[in-house]
Amino acid sequence: MSNIPETGRTPRVQIRLVVIQILVLSLLGTLGGRLWYLQIREGEAYAKEASGNHVQQVVQPAVRGSILDARGVPLADNETRLVVSASRTDLLKMPDDGKAVLTKLAGVLGMKPAEVMEKVRLCDAKTPQPCWNGSPYQPIPITDEATPKQALQIRERAEDFPGITAEPQALRRYPAPGGANTAQVLGYLSPVTDQELQQAQDTESPYLRSDQVGRSGLERQYDKALRGKAGVTRYEVDNLGRVIGEAEADPAQPGANLVTSIDARVQRVAEYELNEAMKEARKEWDRNTNEPYKADSGAVVVMEAKTGRIVAMASNPTYDPNAWVGGISAKDYKRLTGKSSNYPLLNRAIQGQSAPGSIFKVIPTAAAVNAGYSFDGPYECSSSYSIGNQVFKNFESQGYGGISLGRALEVSCDTVFYRLSHEEWKRDGGTKPKKNAKDWFYKTAHQFGLGAETGIDLPNEVTGRIPDRKWKQDYWKANKDAWCKYGKKGGSYVEQIAYENCLEGNRLRAGDSVNYSIGQGDTLVTPIQMATIYAAISNGGTLYDPSVGKAVVSADGKSVEEIEPKPHGKLPISRQTLARMDDALAGVATRGTAAWRFADVGWPQDKIPMHAKTGTAEVHGKQTTSWFATYTKDYSVVMTISQGGTGSGASGPAVRNIYDALYGVSDDGTIDKKNALLPTPQKKLPKVRTDGTITSPKVPKDPAKEQRATQKNEADPDPQQLAGTVSTQSPENRDTRRRRRRSRRRGGRRMLT
Amino acid sequence: MTGANSFQVSGYGPQRAGLSRLLARDSLARRLDWPILLAGVALSMIGAVLVYSATRNRTELNQGDPYYFLIRHVLNTGIGLALMVGTVWLGHRALRTAVPILYGLSVFLILLVLTPLGSTINGAHSWIKLPGGFSLQPSEFVKVTIILGMAMLLAARVDAGDKQYPDHRTVVQALGLAAVPMLIVMLMPDLGSVMVMVVIVLGVLLASGASNRWVFGLIGAGTAGAIAVWQLGVLDDYQIARFAAFANPELDPAGVGYNTNQARIAIGSGGLTGSGLFHGSQTTGQFVPEQQTDFVFTVAGEELGFVGGGLIILLLGVILWRACRIARETTELYGTIVAAGIVAWLAFQAFENVGMTLGIMPVTGLPLPFVSYGGSSMFAVWVAVGLLQSIRVQRPMSA
Repeated sequence: MSNIPETGRTPRVQIRLVVIQILVLSLLGTLGGRLWYLQIREGEAYAKEASGNHVQQVVQPAVRGSILDARGVPLADNETRLVVSASRTDLLKMPDDGKAVLTKLAGVLGMKPAEVMEKVRLCDAKTPQPCWNGSPYQPIPITDEATPKQALQIRERAEDFPGITAEPQALRRYPAPGGANTAQVLGYLSPVTDQELQQAQDTESPYLRSDQVGRSGLERQYDKALRGKAGVTRYEVDNLGRVIGEAEADPAQPGANLVTSIDARVQRVAEYELNEAMKEARKEWDRNTNEPYKADSGAVVVMEAKTGRIVAMASNPTYDPNAWVGGISAKDYKRLTGKSSNYPLLNRAIQGQSAPGSIFKVIPTAAAVNAGYSFDGPYECSSSYSIGNQVFKNFESQGYGGISLGRALEVSCDTVFYRLSHEEWKRDGGTKPKKNAKDWFYKTAHQFGLGAETGIDLPNEVTGRIPDRKWKQDYWKANKDAWCKYGKKGGSYVEQIAYENCLEGNRLRAGDSVNYSIGQGDTLVTPIQMATIYAAISNGGTLYDPSVGKAVVSADGKSVEEIEPKPHGKLPISRQTLARMDDALAGVATRGTAAWRFADVGWPQDKIPMHAKTGTAEVHGKQTTSWFATYTKDYSVVMTISQGGTGSGASGPAVRNIYDALYGVSDDGTIDKKNALLPTPQKKLPKVRTDGTITSPKVPKDPAKEQRATQKNEADPDPQQLAGTVSTQSPENRDTRRRRRRSRRRGGRRMLT
Repeated sequence: MTGANSFQVSGYGPQRAGLSRLLARDSLARRLDWPILLAGVALSMIGAVLVYSATRNRTELNQGDPYYFLIRHVLNTGIGLALMVGTVWLGHRALRTAVPILYGLSVFLILLVLTPLGSTINGAHSWIKLPGGFSLQPSEFVKVTIILGMAMLLAARVDAGDKQYPDHRTVVQALGLAAVPMLIVMLMPDLGSVMVMVVIVLGVLLASGASNRWVFGLIGAGTAGAIAVWQLGVLDDYQIARFAAFANPELDPAGVGYNTNQARIAIGSGGLTGSGLFHGSQTTGQFVPEQQTDFVFTVAGEELGFVGGGLIILLLGVILWRACRIARETTELYGTIVAAGIVAWLAFQAFENVGMTLGIMPVTGLPLPFVSYGGSSMFAVWVAVGLLQSIRVQRPMSA
């Protein structure tokens, strides 16, 4: 076969073979080029993608820190429940995907096997609930209501239940010690949103899908401290999720505890008294509107005068924050946020704003002195004040003749302030303000911190409003189109007002300055602002940022980060003026509009000097707002009830009861230290032990009711006398009682005290 | 049994004794194409390591023995070498007479696949299960017999000196010979093998010197056929999905695009020198399916990097380069056609296999010659090497 002719070597074949060779080489060259492109040029991007592929994070939730009251009583803590969970990763390693184990587990838990399997399967488009929509590497909870016996069965026979754990797990709880629910201050948690989840994904503290995030109140303000840091364990896994690589673990750091300045007992008293006062107010007849007072909402703030710390803060209507735990139901959500709900989620102590009425008068008093008017006067307290054909009544309807500013505060004489404010307004140029208009009355209000946030450590505080020239201008700009469209000359009252506003709503008119001087018109304040101001008057003039948080204490108690009181300003008053104002406000409690709540009904003024100012603000189309601002050397207490009647009438008894509780004052004026809840502000921080437990005193079942009971037993021999009333007057003083009745009648009239 | 021993019994060449005979100027050993042999062995050994790396953790596949696939791969290589030796010993010319029998046998085997004896792996019904856990993929052998059969027909008249080029009648016969097994393989359906066979037919026709009309006609027919297959819905859904995923790999990264995506991540993450043998996270984590067979190149890409992947391509290049030379230098058309057919086969299969892991070719179930785990492929490839050696050895020495 070796004599083959050389016919195969024709040029055509030879050329074609070369073509084949070139083709082959170019194919291999293509592969080489592509390999270079993928590995060398794009290599880093792929390396990154690969590392994302095979590393899985398992996150151990951190236990959320507790919120404690000033003495260590938990206002929000965690409840331990026995949770039985299954690890999908472990189950999948078994030949039958863990079916046998789950069936056995169902037997122990008294559930149906199918029920257990459904809980363990992963959610996808085709799988209906129940299913697990969290990470497949996370243990999947099967029940959170396991009994200790069931948990023991599972744990003692661990070899029978591979991949199953039965462990106690923490759920948020708001225990309301002594009945103090403190709802709006504490806030609430709700599940993390997808967006938050994504944003926190690559941070040091990623969320779990099951995580809860603080949405309002302290839970939100101190969310980061309370949440702690979830533990992250990184596993290298294969394509089926089986762990193949070494693990790198960051242990979970439990959240820190927040110690607040709230005293649960005082909080309870405040909440209870506010609610009682509102209930009482609803029994009163409003002669102006010819219906009972609605008393639709209210708030009370008890503040440490020397630090601005909040001892109690109540807002009414309220709700049970436990409704949010474990996911709020649609029904509850509607009840809390629906149109007919009256918005119990609002913290009206910082988010409710209304005209302050006469409790505002400390500001024009300071303003007048700053503007150069002497404190002594005398200033004419007439029964009315006229500007052109407009008559502004002294709602007290009483002329006192020439009096000092202090006396004007005491008797709440409107006309004195009308006149001063009007004069200043004229001096500043009236409707055509001078270039260097002083605007003392408005400037002083801003210096008192009004029209701005107080800086309390609670989210979403509102600012209130000081209707100065600038605001007038801005407001007019925003609304003039609507006013000009709607307004009609000589039309209805509202149309006429709109017409006037359209023409000159940007000007500060004489009437505006008059109304403003007694905290009416467009003036708006919040209870927390007023509490801050009255606390400053008490402490010598320092305006503190109100604060609820007192210290952040780590879970093991080793690190204590105290939150110091922070001043944000000084009252623009000289020491001397302040002292005289202080005297005048004491006069209110002894001789003036609040005497029938304090000095006349057994308040030990010599031992605990009480200072007060009442306010009854008019709101167009609504019933009057009751305001009551008070202070001692230790505390300032401000209460307001919307559509509640007069200041001293509606809020007086409640505020008196709060002081009685704080100092242990009985109706006859005796002070019993035993009954005093907090005669001086709590200074010491509660002790958090290294094992995480907290020393806290016992709180009685209901401090508010006990408080009333002690007073009744000691001071009132005739229980009938007190039934149905919240008054704490002493029965032996008939004179006082008569006066009280008279005052109430007076309170029913249009009185802006 | 080693290659060296077998040469002594090959009975070829003047009878001399011992080492000197082996190293004599015109001895068989001297005339063997050593680069092809060494490159083939090197690729097989690299393959063994890669297969081991890919399977040592796959407990569901390796029956608890991490060396299961390694041992079998080495065993397959040994059998393959033996087959090569046998082929050289018989000689491609001697095999020429046996071609009708071999062809008939291979067609019978692929027909057998279509009977209940056949089994389906990854959507392709192209396997015959044998006792003892072995399985056979006859379409691998058909590739060889198509080359041999077509070469026999096309070269017969030319090598006999009757004609300069094969005539039309012969070309039609040769195409018919190729068409029968191709149709059967298409029915399995094993699209990858059909594609390889089309390329083989093209290479064979080119090398045979058949007229240009046939060559271009076949290219045209192949294109038209591909369009027809696409349009008429002959393809299974999984095949269409693979092509769609090739066109757009982001289409469904968890579904059909998964293979290509994971393969590219594995290779891309390798960088210049790779993550080190047995340290590839994609490989250890078993993110790439079929990694010991069709996607074996990804192990090299990830763990050995550009250096390792480039070496494999280079070794393949050595084999193909030498094979082209063998095709060019042999004097008889039969040898030329066989060598060219083998070049077309190995080149295209290597390009398709590596190309799909690199994302420049659609995914089809084709092994990487020498490297991928799989007996049938290994045996067929080594038989092909045997044929190449035989063509070289039996060519009269030019010097």
